[in-house]
Order: sequence, then C-alpha cells, then structure tokens
Amino acid sequence: MMPASPRGSGRKESMTTAREPAPYMNPYLAGLGLGLVLLTTFVVMGRGLGASGAFSTIVAVGVDAAAPAHAAGNEFYRGYLENGFGSPFKSFLMFEVIGVLIGGFISGSLAGRVKKTVEKGPRISTKGRMAFAAAGGALMGFGAKLAGGCTSGQGLSGGAVLGLGSWTFMIMVFVGGYAGAYFMRRQWR
Amino acid sequence: MSAPFYKYALFGDEMSLILAVVIGIGFGFFLERAGFGSARKLVAQFYFTDMAVFKVMFSAIVTAMLGLFYLSWAGLLDLSMVFVAPTYWLPQLVGGLVLGFGFIIGGYCPGTSLVAVSTGRLDALAFCGGVLGGIFAYGEVYPSIAGFVTSTSMGRVTLDGWLGVRLSLVVFAVVLVAVLGFWGATTVERKLARREGADAGALT
Repeated sequence: MMPASPRGSGRKESMTTAREPAPYMNPYLAGLGLGLVLLTTFVVMGRGLGASGAFSTIVAVGVDAAAPAHAAGNEFYRGYLENGFGSPFKSFLMFEVIGVLIGGFISGSLAGRVKKTVEKGPRISTKGRMAFAAAGGALMGFGAKLAGGCTSGQGLSGGAVLGLGSWTFMIMVFVGGYAGAYFMRRQWR
Repeated sequence: MSAPFYKYALFGDEMSLILAVVIGIGFGFFLERAGFGSARKLVAQFYFTDMAVFKVMFSAIVTAMLGLFYLSWAGLLDLSMVFVAPTYWLPQLVGGLVLGFGFIIGGYCPGTSLVAVSTGRLDALAFCGGVLGGIFAYGEVYPSIAGFVTSTSMGRVTLDGWLGVRLSLVVFAVVLVAVLGFWGATTVERKLARREGADAGALT
C-alpha cells in the first residue's frame, strides 16, 4: 500500500488513489464557470436558470393525479399544469433539472466525491439530521414559492439581470441564514 | 446576430428542451465543482469559516451581468427581451427570509440539493422530500394567501430604473461591491481559521 498522499498535493492523485476526493475548485473559477453557463442561458433562451419550479411541477402533477378537480380549482397548481409544451413535464426547467442531476454526477464522479452518506456535524444523530433536512426543505419550498423562485431563479438569475425584487430576496436569504446559524450550530459544528 | 435566440425563434420548442438538458449539465457540473453538493460546505458560509457560497454566487452574478451588459452595448442582444422576475417586494422579502431559515436548517437549496442527491447524499434526498412537502403546503394555503403573494406588485423593475441612474453605474457598483465583498470574506475566513486553530490548541 502506498502511504496516504498529503492533501492539496494536486489533482493527479485522484487517478491513483480513488478513495481520496479531489479538492474543490477555486470559488472564483467555479463562479466564472457558473456565470458563463448562466450567460449562455440568457443569450440562448432569454431566461435564467432555476430549480424550485421543477419541484412545483412535480407537486402540481401529483395533486392533479390524486384529485383532478381540486387541482383544477387552484390557481397555483393550474399555473404549473398549463405550463410546458403539451405536457407539464415538457418544460425548460424539468429538462434543465435532469441535466443538473447528470452534471452533478459527472463532476462528482471525476473528483471521487460520489458516496452514499449523510452530511452532518459530529454532534447530531443521523435521524436528527434527516429530520432537520426535511424540515429545512419544507421551509425552503414554501419560502421559494412565496418569493417566486429560489437561490437559482431569484438569486443567481434575478441578481444578474439586476431585478429589484431579486436583490431584496437575496439579501434576506443571507439575513435568514445568519439569523438562524446560532440556533443550528449543534447540527453543523 | 440577434439574441436571445429562442425569443427570435431561431429554434423551436423541442430543441429548447434538448438545450435545457445541456445547460443543466453545465449548471450541475459547476455547482458540484464548487463543493455545493456538500451541506457542510454550504452552511459554513453562515459560520464565516468558508465563504464559498458568497464568492461563487457573486462571481457568477458579476460574470453573467457583465456579459449581458457588453453584449447589449455591442448591439448583439436585446436586453428588454431577457426575462426579469417581476417585483413583489414584500412577499419576496418574507420569502427570502423563510428560505434563509430553510437553508441553515436543511443545509441545501433546491438546486444544490439535486447535485447532492446525484452524488449520494441521503440527507439531500430527505431535503428534496421536504421541498415537495413545503410546495404542497403552499399550494393548499394559496387561495387564502393569494392576496399577500400578489401584493406590493411593481412589475419589471431593475435596480437602475428604480434608482433612476444609468445601467452602467449600477453595473460598476455591483462589481465594486463584489470585489470589496471578496476581500472582506477572505479576511474574515483567515481571522476565524486562526482563532479556531487557537481554540483547538487550548482544548487539547
């Protein structure tokens, strides 16, 4: 066995010692890459990136399958059911989100970061972490719909086109995160 | 050349879906590269130990903003045809706050949770379930909160229009704020790294 290679000794290691995940990309370089993807989206499609809209489509289709009359009588669900080219699933965001899953997997695989695990701090149980993850997700879903988008749609995309509501939203996301950080420290630190 | 291409009908709906997948692959790839498939990396932003969320997000915003600005200036892109989410400032203010709480509690946002799922994070799967539940709850209460959600409507408002200044001035200001922010973020990271190192030494 070769001795464990020291951290940060270069990307080459990932080929020989597959167990050690590669270091993350420089944040400014990753931001530049993300920004170019976003710019391409604007130039090609005339719109930005998104994520929460795809979740909304899944919810609306689910409600429509279980209770069609209920979904039809609700303006929010109807908006997503009437979306897309012929079928609600045939929308830009649904297809983009499939790409996100593929792209994340490609990058994670190349870096040796694909691993079945639960992300948490050392002071919380796995069950506790799963409960917080679901609760946080629920708040996130509700908040994103209230704001008309999430960190992708309102934050990144709305931020780049200098939307007033998007910047209001983005500042409040950071305020909320910092305000909650103290109370959540046992989960992460 | 006339951009946005789709708005000028340079290709059809079916093609737009194929492009959506390609664009999504790029989006997911760079999110994962940045480390955003990891909840601990993401929330470190809120403990000032790793400000990658701010750095990545703002370098992406600045890149796309400058690209749009120069393409429009060169007459290659019609900025008025680019979608700007309409402003409803109060629901967006409240929504942002709720989403921020969700971020620190859940550890992800919708986009990053997908990347985390694709790299095997089970907590991200629970998070995605939560997002679906939250949106369902929103849908169910929507009829009674629709008045609030559509309140304080201002339409398509951008920062330059709202402030009544030239676009170039706002673009310059955003770049300046970002660069100052990058410098500040790195300074805070270094300070905290030193303090945490001292704490760890004191504990042993």
